[in-house]
Amino acid sequence: MSGTILAFALGFAQIALALAGALAGLRILRGPRAQDRVLGLDTFYITAMLLFIVTGMRSGSLFFFEAAMVIGFMGFVATVGLAKFLIRGEVIE
Amino acid sequence: MSRLLPYPVLTFGLVLIWLILTRFSLGHLLLGTCVAILASWAMGALQPDRPSLRRATAIPGLVGIVAWDILRSNAAVAWLILSGGRGGARRSGFLRIPLRLRHPAALAVLAIIVTATPGTAWLEYDPETGVLLLHVFDLVDEGDWLDLIQNRYEARLLEIFE
Amino acid sequence: MSHLDSVPLWVAIPVALLIVLGSGLTLLGTIGLVRLPSFYDRLHAPTLGTSWGTLGIVLASAILFTWLEKRLVIHELLIGLFVMITTPVTLMLLGRAALHRDRIEGLDAAPPPAGAPDNPDEQLP
Repeated sequence: MSGTILAFALGFAQIALALAGALAGLRILRGPRAQDRVLGLDTFYITAMLLFIVTGMRSGSLFFFEAAMVIGFMGFVATVGLAKFLIRGEVIE
Repeated sequence: MSRLLPYPVLTFGLVLIWLILTRFSLGHLLLGTCVAILASWAMGALQPDRPSLRRATAIPGLVGIVAWDILRSNAAVAWLILSGGRGGARRSGFLRIPLRLRHPAALAVLAIIVTATPGTAWLEYDPETGVLLLHVFDLVDEGDWLDLIQNRYEARLLEIFE
Repeated sequence: MSHLDSVPLWVAIPVALLIVLGSGLTLLGTIGLVRLPSFYDRLHAPTLGTSWGTLGIVLASAILFTWLEKRLVIHELLIGLFVMITTPVTLMLLGRAALHRDRIEGLDAAPPPAGAPDNPDEQLP
């Protein structure tokens, strides 16, 4: 019984987060401006991180946690770098 | 003591995080303590002025209020997205708020609160005039938002930090 | 799915609710990210996923693994703390970048710099 409830909730979460990642990807593709794409990328990293945690819960292994943490850190560094570039890179033009 | 451990709270927090990330053992406790002490020395080289808490007892109250507000505004923004902004009646806008806070650590905490709450986004702070530029997702009444930032958060942060 | 069946019902129900809440809020945030009309509006959408979206999933994971491993497993909460601290940094930087770019291009969606003499109650449609 509890296995069914959890399996259902985890399946729902995996589908919802995959869909969320796809929507964030849509925003990356559509733009229209560079900051929209960076915001989409940041959201995409967050959903990917959450998807890893949920997958880890589903498989019952703690190893997905490290992957989620690395994705979170990479997302942070990437977004900060890109945002800095948007501030600095355009000044010269 | 203060030369060896310039930031005791930071050092202790880092040891705690190290132990949470690994399993508790004597070896990890020693290794984590070494890493934490080195990190706190690095911190001391970066930031000479340490934030001073005046009334740490007010922190749990603030955390509770913020957690509740975040949950509430999550529901509000989720509903606005689902309902298409009350059928197009939602209006977002910029808002300038003069702040009395000057302490950098207090401003950082306020930035975390404002940004973590869906519905308000911190855009720009001018340290000379102390005016904060916010973007508000659902700007029904400006007075409400001014009151929220100034009386609900800023007053408590002033109490804690300054 | 054998490990999920060993969880008692009183643990499974709150964990399932937290998972559904967290993933649902994250999905709603990205729906907002796609549907909202302007960049400054869209800046609010991901915070749904980074506040209670992340917190719900991370709490569920901590509760589930604490039960499965029979010891306190709370390292997921560090991810929550990390997201809580880093999101303001990224969103503030993005907001400032957008303001900066809009001002340079002279778009009237952006308010003037704070130093400029203007009406403090000013707001834009």
